[in-house]
Amino acid sequence: MRSAFIGALVHIARQDPRVVLLTGDLGFTVIEPFRDEFPDRFYNAGVAEQNMVGTATGLAEAGFIPFVYSIVTFASLRAYEFVRNGPIAHRLRVRIIGVGGGFDYGTAGFTHYGLEDLGIMRMQPGITVVAPADHRQAVAALNSTYELDGPVYYRIGKDESRMVEGLDGRFELGRADLVLEGEDVLLITIGSIACEVAEAAGRLSAHGVRCSVLVVSSFNPFPVADLREALSRFSTAITIEAHYAAGGLGTAVAEVIADHGIACRLVRRGVNETPLGVTGSSGYMSEIHGLASEALADTVLRTIEELSITNG
Amino acid sequence: MNLPGPDDPERDRFVLSKGHAALAVYAALHQIGWLTAEQLDTYCGDGSLLGVHPDRDLRGIDFTTGSLGHGLALGAGAALAARMQGSGRRVFVLISDAECNEGSLWESAMFAAHHGLDNLTAILDLNGQQALGYTEQVMDLAPMDQRWVSFGWDVDEVDGHDTAAIVKTVESGEAERSRPHLVIANTVFGYGVSFMQNRLEWHYLPMSDQQYEQALAEVRKAR
Repeated sequence: MRSAFIGALVHIARQDPRVVLLTGDLGFTVIEPFRDEFPDRFYNAGVAEQNMVGTATGLAEAGFIPFVYSIVTFASLRAYEFVRNGPIAHRLRVRIIGVGGGFDYGTAGFTHYGLEDLGIMRMQPGITVVAPADHRQAVAALNSTYELDGPVYYRIGKDESRMVEGLDGRFELGRADLVLEGEDVLLITIGSIACEVAEAAGRLSAHGVRCSVLVVSSFNPFPVADLREALSRFSTAITIEAHYAAGGLGTAVAEVIADHGIACRLVRRGVNETPLGVTGSSGYMSEIHGLASEALADTVLRTIEELSITNG
Repeated sequence: MNLPGPDDPERDRFVLSKGHAALAVYAALHQIGWLTAEQLDTYCGDGSLLGVHPDRDLRGIDFTTGSLGHGLALGAGAALAARMQGSGRRVFVLISDAECNEGSLWESAMFAAHHGLDNLTAILDLNGQQALGYTEQVMDLAPMDQRWVSFGWDVDEVDGHDTAAIVKTVESGEAERSRPHLVIANTVFGYGVSFMQNRLEWHYLPMSDQQYEQALAEVRKAR
């Protein structure tokens, strides 16, 4: 998703001289196409994320559209106050690219796991928050949001090839996308874990469970109308996210259910504990936190079973 | 400063990085005619745009500040933008000595020097005091000049109570400059008011009516 995103940014920069890219000394084999084509609009700001966001704010005040690039944790957490008091307070077009949500950075360990970025960013009313599900949608999301007023945060996954079947690269701000239609249970997901969810839905169909899969990529503005509509049709919804269970997609969906008095039971799946004491590939880490497709399919089966017992 | 108007994109930029001194900026905006006396009178009132820290929604304020360690990065970006646009705009950032406790400020100091931002001037209000103590007791910053020199800045010192000297120092060697410029303004906290000078508690205390009259009288006498 990273390379596709930067590739699309290169296309935009050819047409729009306002676009500038700053990196916090990251993006090896990713940012080079931009650097090589626009050396005058590329800055390696060094390992100094606060200054990078502050500098981008100064650039945006003068009319530029600066993109700042780093790993999710450093882009969102380290520079958070500079985002708040900078582009949000000044309503300026700074774009923050956070790479590698969830356990994307696998063996790099805890410091590199992006588990709270979506929650802390969405909490701020003045910022658009986008988490594309695959590389085709990342390109569409960039193209449709890069000129928006005010700041935008992009959570961009590391995977370059997996695609969410049925999504076909669609993206619309403030909307969610139903990529699979089934009547038994509604699965709601966000970001690149959508591929796992779609795969889990495939496994479940073999068990005779028909899932709907709703992909939320526009996290702020949140697709309230689409969610109301979808949640009203199901007695059970399960949110699945590569993010802490508190504050992310599940919380936002719970808000919609509560705000609109929707009679839908919600099960929230995310990361429930601080992932310390063990490391491994992103696949392994997802697996032990119950976020790989097989574990997700089990969760759905168990949930349906429990509910049918309760209801029976 | 070159200030054709508060909305003119070619105006020089000013960042009050020590945002708690906004009252002085409001007074200056009034002096140059960008802020009316009626607006000035709303200071810290309900519904006013003139708070303790400056808000860029007020015409004439370029950047919202109040979180120390933020303003130099804003200024570095503004200076870089001017250079990228081939503009002769200059950028001035007023920082405090205690603000140099913030690590982020040194990120910006490095960035500005590395990119040779010669259109960026930082004025450092060196009064030796911070909220709860004297800087040498809280986090000793001496020798301040050498710190900035080692970070790649041109450094000058000036009497911070001598405005003519400040202007002269800011402008001296401007044409030949190839690095960002730090002007250390040596100041006395509470300058000109006998009962306030160098006294820590006046970072917070409100004045009684009697103290206010005395302070005004002393300042007027010294003018």
